[in-house]
Amino acid sequence: MLEIRNLSKTFYAGTVNEKTAIDRLNLQVKDGEFITVIGSNGAGKSTLFHLIAGSLLPNSGNIYLDGQEITFLPEHKRARQIGRIFQDPMRGTAPCMTVEENMALSYLRAKKRNFRFGISKEDRAFFQEQLAMLHLGLEDRMKSPIGLLSGGQRQAISLLMCTMVTPKLLLLDEHTAALDPSTAQKVLTITQETVQKNHITTMMITHDIEAALRLGTRTIMMGGGKIIMDISGKEREEMTVPKLLEQFRERSQDSVFSDRMLLSEK
Amino acid sequence: MMSLYSMFSAIELGLIYSLMVLGLFVSYRVLNIPDLTVDGSFTLGAAVAVVFTLNGHPVLGMFLAAAAGGVAGLTTAFLQTKMKIQPILAGIITMTGLYSINLMVMDNKANLPITSEQSLYTAFGSLVGKDVQGVLLSGIIAAAVAVFLIIFFNTPVGLTIRATGDNEEMVRSSSIDAHVTKSIGLALSNACVALSGAMIAQYNCYAEVRMGIGMVVIGLASLIIGEIAVDLLVKNKSILTSAIAAIVGSVLYRLIIAQALEMNFSASGLKLITAIIVALAMSYPAIKEMIELSKVRKAGKQNVGD
Repeated sequence: MLEIRNLSKTFYAGTVNEKTAIDRLNLQVKDGEFITVIGSNGAGKSTLFHLIAGSLLPNSGNIYLDGQEITFLPEHKRARQIGRIFQDPMRGTAPCMTVEENMALSYLRAKKRNFRFGISKEDRAFFQEQLAMLHLGLEDRMKSPIGLLSGGQRQAISLLMCTMVTPKLLLLDEHTAALDPSTAQKVLTITQETVQKNHITTMMITHDIEAALRLGTRTIMMGGGKIIMDISGKEREEMTVPKLLEQFRERSQDSVFSDRMLLSEK
Repeated sequence: MMSLYSMFSAIELGLIYSLMVLGLFVSYRVLNIPDLTVDGSFTLGAAVAVVFTLNGHPVLGMFLAAAAGGVAGLTTAFLQTKMKIQPILAGIITMTGLYSINLMVMDNKANLPITSEQSLYTAFGSLVGKDVQGVLLSGIIAAAVAVFLIIFFNTPVGLTIRATGDNEEMVRSSSIDAHVTKSIGLALSNACVALSGAMIAQYNCYAEVRMGIGMVVIGLASLIIGEIAVDLLVKNKSILTSAIAAIVGSVLYRLIIAQALEMNFSASGLKLITAIIVALAMSYPAIKEMIELSKVRKAGKQNVGD
């Protein structure tokens, strides 16, 4: 499905601020897998997503989606196959346009009918049906500018827009982090339902370790631009939050330790 | 009070310039890009129209004027998107280049006249009657362009252009090339502007190389006056109300200017009046907010008094 080989990304190369965000990373994602991604700030989680989606280009390495190389494919061309939702609910929708116009836009990925007036009856009925499945009462607000909706509502619609035309890969970058706990829970539930129903290969960044273990089928931990832990199946089922936190601390201590080693060697 | 005659000609001018205002609406409001190409593409339209009229093809000249404006818009779009030049600068660069190009089109003459017999307005006047031809022809073309824009911005392509101005990032992640949508939008915008310039040339019977200077500011002033006027009447904004606002604003602006001229303001003072109108119109939202805030404060004080 998704295959990443020896991927590296360095920011500000050759200056004192040089930072290797992704360091010779390898990853294979199987069809239908739901991977949760955890790791401390600066571990390279978001950079990895940017590289997969094409909003950043790597310094070296390759990315393959379904056997096709996409390493340097322009962002908008990848978007046909890769759906993406960000932490900020404002980023996924056009605020001055109505709910149905926003949905019609993302639905363009499926249909290439460029010249016709307005939104067809069938499309409108389809959007309404999709919105009703969110159970947020949004099916009655199709004509409201989307900017008037709450963050949670907008995020739920973003999710719908990303998955209405089933993508090959769905990237969720802390998409519930800006929401209040109960809304976040609701959006997570909707996420899981949608992903399962459409059998979408998904990667989700989260700081909620409990959710990282509860949701999905595989969990990877990132640190220093590498994957430092990769669990699935039985090992993952037996994993608990305290155990994971312990490992997390151990592995981050490792790096602190090696930093000290470097300093003392000088 | 202004005479019926000057009111009539203000309405005629307003309708012609409304094409330019519709163009600015596309770039400034829909795409959210301050596009200064307008000053150059307006004159370009006039120059092309006059040259083709002199060669005996006035109607063809109108279409080619719009097409030339579209190319000017594409040039600015190219500088903005592929060359990553700031939108304002990209517009200034194209506008600067267009000054020379316009002179070349006009055979290096600063002023290129046509006879009134050659003008499309005269031809149209012989069809519908001499006094109404100005308002009729200008009105029909303005309405046609407005209807076209309303329909266009409700098609899927139009939708993607609107979304580009609203949230470009979302557009890109919806698998749409934002460079393409911006290019189409800017081409369309400048085609409207150039058509407006071509109409003015037909109306005045000449093209002049400096006639486009300050067009952006006039356009913005008209656009905002229209928006304020329409805002007072309807609450729900749509492409339809915005198109009407552009036309109404353009006519209102010309009426204001005509009134100022009636009051013996010298023509050289016009720019100052325009600047004041633009400043006032642009600060309208802030002024409205201040008034509302002071109302809330007053109410608050009274409550404390109770």
